[in-house]
Amino acid sequence: MELFFSQLLDGLSIGSVLLLAATGLAIVFGLMGVINLAHGEFLMLGAYVTFVVQGIFKPMGGILFELYFPIALVASFVVTALVGALLERTLIRQLYGRPLETLLATWGVSLVLIQLVRSVSTAMLIGILVAIALGWFAAKMLRTRFEEKLFLPYIVGLSWIGSSLIGIAFASWLSNIRPLASAWFGPRNIDVTAPKWLQGSWGKIAGIELPGIRIFIILLSAILLLATFWFLNKSVWGLRMRAVTQNRQMSNCLGIPTDKVDCITFALGSGLAGVAGAAITLLGSVGPNLGAAYIVSCFMVIVLGGVGNLLGTVLASFLLGIIQSVIGSGSLLIVFPNLPGSVKGFVEFFATTSMSLVLVFIFIIAFLQFRPNGMFPQKGRSVEN
Amino acid sequence: MTLSAPAATPTGHKDVLTVSGLNVYYGESHILRNVDLHIPEGEMVCLIGRNGVGKTTFLKTIIGLLQQKSGTVHFEGTSLLAQPPYQRARTGIGYVSQGRDIIPQLTVKENLLLGMEALPGGISKNRRIDPIIFDLFPILEKFLGRKGGDLSGGQQQQLAIARAMLGRPKLLLLDEPTEGIQPSIILDIERAVQRIMKETGISVLLVEQHLHFVRQASFYYAMQRGGIVASGPISTLSDAIVSEFLTV
Repeated sequence: MELFFSQLLDGLSIGSVLLLAATGLAIVFGLMGVINLAHGEFLMLGAYVTFVVQGIFKPMGGILFELYFPIALVASFVVTALVGALLERTLIRQLYGRPLETLLATWGVSLVLIQLVRSVSTAMLIGILVAIALGWFAAKMLRTRFEEKLFLPYIVGLSWIGSSLIGIAFASWLSNIRPLASAWFGPRNIDVTAPKWLQGSWGKIAGIELPGIRIFIILLSAILLLATFWFLNKSVWGLRMRAVTQNRQMSNCLGIPTDKVDCITFALGSGLAGVAGAAITLLGSVGPNLGAAYIVSCFMVIVLGGVGNLLGTVLASFLLGIIQSVIGSGSLLIVFPNLPGSVKGFVEFFATTSMSLVLVFIFIIAFLQFRPNGMFPQKGRSVEN
Repeated sequence: MTLSAPAATPTGHKDVLTVSGLNVYYGESHILRNVDLHIPEGEMVCLIGRNGVGKTTFLKTIIGLLQQKSGTVHFEGTSLLAQPPYQRARTGIGYVSQGRDIIPQLTVKENLLLGMEALPGGISKNRRIDPIIFDLFPILEKFLGRKGGDLSGGQQQQLAIARAMLGRPKLLLLDEPTEGIQPSIILDIERAVQRIMKETGISVLLVEQHLHFVRQASFYYAMQRGGIVASGPISTLSDAIVSEFLTV
């Protein structure tokens, strides 16, 4: 029984991580209609930021190292939010109203981010910065020089290609210097050591150990979710966001700076994914492919819970987390060894991580036959507009 | 840019909005053709015409939802070219669209707050809803907590006008405010618009089919196939013109 409850807690903590990530995805999707396939990679970025912060604090040791995790949480939020804002400003903005292109472009971004984390080295980073700086200056100069000429977009494009080539050449030249060439993270998984106060048990309730990490993750996502909820429903920017979500054109006509709202929304959604990624580092080792495992679950949560529905998202992510950890781990068989034959066979069949996902898929498909708009569809005249 | 005031515009009045040579396209189709229009300060100007002649397109171009291919729009002497709608709203153009465009899932109060986004500082600095709004449209005060989308058409129209007024615009664009609304509320809306004009001195560009409302403007422009075909003081709006350009 204790094993069952500890698996349940596992499920709840995985569900909380999913909840954070899915909330971020739902905010971006709900507001801008952008399906961000790079969302999973924002989780991964958050995890790597946590790793970097840990690396900075590790040599300090003692009490400072104990405090690194809250700082890592903030840092992963800020960094992923900034990356998200940058992505919105540079790429997504060009593609509004073109969902297919956005899908492909964000998928491309996800590939770039995965490879970037795998192979980023100091030389490469300097090369990229040089290319961006060159390209930006060249584009600016060309714009003032050939203002309103028809061929302007072409030469700007060419200048970007040229500066990328220079950047690549510079980076490969720098790679000759040994210390600059070694990859920061490499393709292998990384491990983050949890601070002592998170490890071990946080006491017992009715004979069941409360593992610190699990409880911390559940609390963290609860707090962040409440904060997000408050931000969306009570703050001025939240009001602007909700207005733009529901009627972009009229919001624009009322004086709401929709481009700024888009940027902030995208940053918020990405930042939540970043924090989720930081939390994932506590659950096990993480690698560059982390995002792929979670993005599908995030989409399932959104489909199951309904877009823009907080309660639905909460229930759906807990359900998914619990199914994955309770059935997927096979702990049901250990807890209830005397199950009748047919049920036992059923549980055994689905008792792997991938098969439990299959079960979840079957469940979702069946569920959507009865409730196509998710668990709690919105009702009333106001929905029909 | 020099402006030759058309005969319809009385001298001694400054124009709040000056449109000249406006051409607008929807993709390949030419919707507005060389439209010239002036709105004198503090006056109501009415744009009439049958369905589909380009009246709504014209309003959307002024607020900035559509971009013109050629021609100029000047608001209080400054060109509006390349300004996004939210900047135009902040310089003092209020827009009440044809579909009313109440934000459906927001409460009436939140919808009203959004109207103040056009004021300097936006909603962050303006949280108090001017009670004159509730004097004009008492129903809104009663429904403050309801979702905007749950209101009836007439109530939504009142909300849309109130919302635009809270941004204290200098020019109010009204797109068929009486369309599909019960007659008693039409009168309420007419009275409200007149009172707003008298008390605040704003100018109004009214697109309307309802003749009673049209007659309260001081000037009219008639549109046909995207071009202005007749204009003048409202007193010259004869039944012949009405039957030619308005009645189906």
